[in-house]
Formats: sequence, structure tokens, C-alpha cells
Amino acid sequence: MSYQYNIGCSLSNLKGIREFIRTSLKDYAIPELELSAIVLAIDEMCSNLMIHAHHCNPDHKIELHIIEPSSGELVFEIVDDGNVFDINAFTEPKMDNLIHEKRKGGLGIRLVKSIMDKVEYGSKDGKNICRLTKFYKKNNG
Amino acid sequence: MVQIKRLQEDGIDTLAIIGEIDASSSIELDMSIAKSVGEGFKKILVDCSSLEYISSAGLGVFMSYIEEFKDKKINMVMFGLNEKVANNFSILGLADLLHICTTKEEAKQLVNELSV
Repeated sequence: MSYQYNIGCSLSNLKGIREFIRTSLKDYAIPELELSAIVLAIDEMCSNLMIHAHHCNPDHKIELHIIEPSSGELVFEIVDDGNVFDINAFTEPKMDNLIHEKRKGGLGIRLVKSIMDKVEYGSKDGKNICRLTKFYKKNNG
Repeated sequence: MVQIKRLQEDGIDTLAIIGEIDASSSIELDMSIAKSVGEGFKKILVDCSSLEYISSAGLGVFMSYIEEFKDKKINMVMFGLNEKVANNFSILGLADLLHICTTKEEAKQLVNELSV
């Protein structure tokens, strides 16, 4: 299977991204809590990209692909042509520091790293590709 | 989209969140809490029974008030979180840093006990 969604970099499109993932994966017997966590992680990655690499310019487009290379393995590819925003290069701030500094940001990267099994970056035809892999156990029945 | 309704009774300000909070709507939550704090409420309940989704932008808003609440002796208790929303708090360990109850009655009791 392979699904694709093209989105303008406006935060109002995040809801559409969440719906696209849910619709694409509805027949995959992914436990509900796990599916919700996946939706959250992709929302975080896309909003990070929209804000930091595209300054929420709705004319800038990103592509989201969902691929199932093998049973129980899902790959989400986010393709764009902005500045690379490599979350592996960021050390997540400690929760204590975030609380102390009354900061609202910094949590998204932590969420993505806890939810996804792999986060990799590459490029193809001059575009950046961020690949997020998630292994999951199918629901019985 | 999110809608936040405020209701005041017995010195408690209740914020009912209806809908989804993501990076596009977390500002609404921030403004509602700021309003409640600005009006001097020391007891705040957050009704999450109609909160369908929350991303880090919304979780970050709650987190950013933890210190201020401590300084100003404000107590905030949340209740009615569905399993998926509660899970998002748990992944970050935020569930241990905030007061979260199941029902409104429990939340009301806790906010009153904390404020003694």
C-alpha cells in the first residue's frame, strides 16, 4: 500500500493531516492508542516543519507518504524543499528545565522520539525526505 | 478547532475545552488560562470531557503554567480526559506533574483540598 497527501504549510491543515492518516490506516488493525500516538507524532513533525522551515507559508507544499514495507511496519515519509530540520541533531531539553523556564515548546521532538522507532533523513531530486518508521503489533481478529 | 467555555461557581473557574488543540489552536487555551489567572482565580478546573485531541502545543501550554501556579498559589485540576488524550500526557510524563481526576466531583474535591 502507498498513500500520498500534499499539503500547504498552514497550521490550519494539521487537522487534514490527522484525518488523512486515520483514513489511510483504518483497515490496518492498529490498536487505537498506538494509532493515536502515530497521528500525534506525524502532526508534531509536520507542524515543526511548517513553522521552522516554511514559516507557515501556505504556498509552500509538503508531501506526506505512508508506505507499508512489511506487515507490522509502517513508514511515513515527509518530503519538502525547505531547510532541513533534523530532530536527531537536537537534544531534547530536560522536562525540569522546560517547566522552570515556562517554555511552551520543546515537547514535540520528545514525543516523536518516544513514539517512533526510527527517524531518518535523506534527500532525493533536491528535496528533503524525513522517514519515520513505526513497528506495531496487529490487533487480534 | 477549539472552543473554550468558562463558568464560575463557588470561587472555582471551570474551563471546558471543546474540540481539538493543536499548533493552530493552542493560543486559545493559553488565553483562557491567562484570563482566569488575570481575574485572580486560585482554583481552576479544566473540563476535558469534550477534548478530542491534544498535541504538544497544548500540552506545552499546561506545562508553561506549572511554575506560575506554584508562585501564585493557584491550583488547577483537570478531569474527564479520554484515554487517547490521557495517553499524550503520559508519554511525556506530564500526568505526574499535573493534577488529573476522573470525574468533576473528584476534581472539585481535590482543588478545594489543595487550596486549604
